[in-house]
Amino acid sequence: MTSRFQIPPWWRNRRYLPWLVQGAVALVIAVVVAFLLTNLLLNLTARGLLLSWSWLGQPAGFDLAETILPFDASLPYWRAMLAGLVNTLRVVIAGLVGATVLGTLIGTASFSSNGLLRRLARVYVEVIRNIPLLLQLIFWYFVVFLALPNGRDALQLPGIVLAKSGLFLGSPELVDGVWQAPLRFTVEFGALLTGLVVYTAAFIAEVVRGGIASVPKGQWEAATSLGFSPLLTLQRIVLPQALRVIVPGLNTQYISLAKNSSLAVACGFTDLYSVSETTLNQTGRAIEVMLILLGSYLVIDLVISALMNGLNGLVQLRER
Amino acid sequence: MASTAPLVVRASPLRRLQKELFGSRLDGLISIALLAALLAAGLGFFRWALFQAQWAVLSANSTLFAVGRYPVEQQWRLWLLTSLLALATGLSWGLLRAFPGSGAVRALWPRNDRWAASILVVLALWRPMALQLTLAIQARWWGIAALLLLARWAAGRYGPAIPQACRRLIPLFWPLLYLVGMVLISGGLGLVQVPPSEWGGLLLTVLMATFAILLCFPLGVLLALGRRSELPLLRWGSVIYIEFIRGAPLITLLFLGQNILGFLLPGGLAPDRVWRAAWVLTFFAAAYVAEAVRSGLAAVPAGQLEAARSLGLPMPLALIHVMLPQAIRVALPATVGQFITLLQDTTVLSLIGLLDLVGTARTVMANPMFLGKNAEVYLVLAILFWTCCAALGLGSRALETRLNTHSPSAPQA
Repeated sequence: MTSRFQIPPWWRNRRYLPWLVQGAVALVIAVVVAFLLTNLLLNLTARGLLLSWSWLGQPAGFDLAETILPFDASLPYWRAMLAGLVNTLRVVIAGLVGATVLGTLIGTASFSSNGLLRRLARVYVEVIRNIPLLLQLIFWYFVVFLALPNGRDALQLPGIVLAKSGLFLGSPELVDGVWQAPLRFTVEFGALLTGLVVYTAAFIAEVVRGGIASVPKGQWEAATSLGFSPLLTLQRIVLPQALRVIVPGLNTQYISLAKNSSLAVACGFTDLYSVSETTLNQTGRAIEVMLILLGSYLVIDLVISALMNGLNGLVQLRER
Repeated sequence: MASTAPLVVRASPLRRLQKELFGSRLDGLISIALLAALLAAGLGFFRWALFQAQWAVLSANSTLFAVGRYPVEQQWRLWLLTSLLALATGLSWGLLRAFPGSGAVRALWPRNDRWAASILVVLALWRPMALQLTLAIQARWWGIAALLLLARWAAGRYGPAIPQACRRLIPLFWPLLYLVGMVLISGGLGLVQVPPSEWGGLLLTVLMATFAILLCFPLGVLLALGRRSELPLLRWGSVIYIEFIRGAPLITLLFLGQNILGFLLPGGLAPDRVWRAAWVLTFFAAAYVAEAVRSGLAAVPAGQLEAARSLGLPMPLALIHVMLPQAIRVALPATVGQFITLLQDTTVLSLIGLLDLVGTARTVMANPMFLGKNAEVYLVLAILFWTCCAALGLGSRALETRLNTHSPSAPQA
């Protein structure tokens, strides 16, 4: 043998290699971040836009189409952002409830004994999942909700009226050709909510279907042989076990619904994003507005995650 | 004693249908209600589509929907690019058919490619007519389809005569074609520059989607490796990046790209609006692809990496040759799922003022001439997106089953 054992050079020593790699990565990250931050500081100073929050107290000067909190143009920017946030929360909460109900119905329908119902549930999921949400929102707003009749021709049910001017609940009456009622939802809200519910329900249906499919067939058969009706079996035997699989999947879908609600601007609903866009265009405070916007969505995501984790703790099998 | 197979009574289709739809009284009621609703909806839709809908809005704006405001006198470049694409597709198709090879290529290979060819012919003949394009444009599409089929036939006929060494180089045609395509679209090298602000419609959608899909995959793999790395800095860096991106809606990130990138880079270095959006889309999708790839990495037994390392493979080689091939195979369905989402997400570009397919539709709708023709336009866009996404999903599922049946560890189906 001519070759002798050689001590590898120090930079290939297993003891130092990880630190060398990390040092190199840290250096690259530090240089890039320093470069970006320097530019940011220089550019912001040049335009006199250094980080400040005092502009939040100035009057907004624009009006919002639809708010729960009273709002007008003389109120400060922070009130406008807050009104937008409340609108976002409103549509997210209503959407979560609606999508869960519809998704569970469709998910369980794919186990129906009726072949037609089963296939329709599959078709629903395949059609809705493969069409972009934005396209669906635009479709609901422009093609369905804006085409509703107004005034006397509006769709009327006892206690409910659906017209181009909105959805009216609680004994609506026609005053001078305009519907009025104690509770009114605009068509913008209606279109956004419908779009989000219909879209998210397709994904929730898949989660529910997967969860139910994960319950062994023997559980169904055992319950049936004990004399449980199909509905009771689903309710008392299968769903409690399926929930262990369903809840983590729902968490993902809920968060994506919350994030998708930011497409509200496509159907003219003034949510947090659309208020932020207007605010940025008026004030030019890009950094601050982006921080508020990203922070708000992060908090919403975290709250949903925390709630769902709590729920997950409740439905998981408790072992000794 | 010869065992007899269990006796299976196969009911006639009609009897089975009856059992499925009218098995019990409740099922019967549900079926009747659903059938009535379907019939009413179908009739209403056909009445609208045949008698009320005015499809002229599509043929009048077909160029706008296809390429946006791309200058008319430069559009020959796009036709040339389409022809080149058809040629490359035909050649690859024919060669792959002549040499099915083994492994991944064979798994990718459709079983019924006669069917695929017939569908192509039908689409090429019917689609331009259905959209009521002018005869000149229809003729071009027919020519391109003919070119594709001719290339397929020629490659199958004369492909075996090409020496092996040359045949190896043929796949390189595709990356080359992508670069040529970029030059043809944007100009330069003696061609007139066409700024990205003039690209639009299907051209912009396809360009954004392919750009982001091609680049987000390597980025996502790197992030996934980083997230599973034992080096804390790499791991935490990847975790923070992935969770930050996944916590924010795409539109806020696009908004950030449009408004803040200009502050972060020295004056004049920031890319054009369209490219900013393309990069944001890429970095956004990379975080999601990283999660898909990470699940694939988690599925590879830890012993694989340890074995590779103990055989003396350095870490990068062990990752490239041992871990990633196995991980990506597992992660493929989820990754293709992310690509489908990415294709759908390109529509969000219209909200920051880019004229992709949806953005073009919104501008066309703003034209008083086409007021109230929303349903026609958005229906066609929905069908287009649905077809592309469903085809991708179908392809990925077929690929998944074949990869699984080919793997030695999976039970033979």
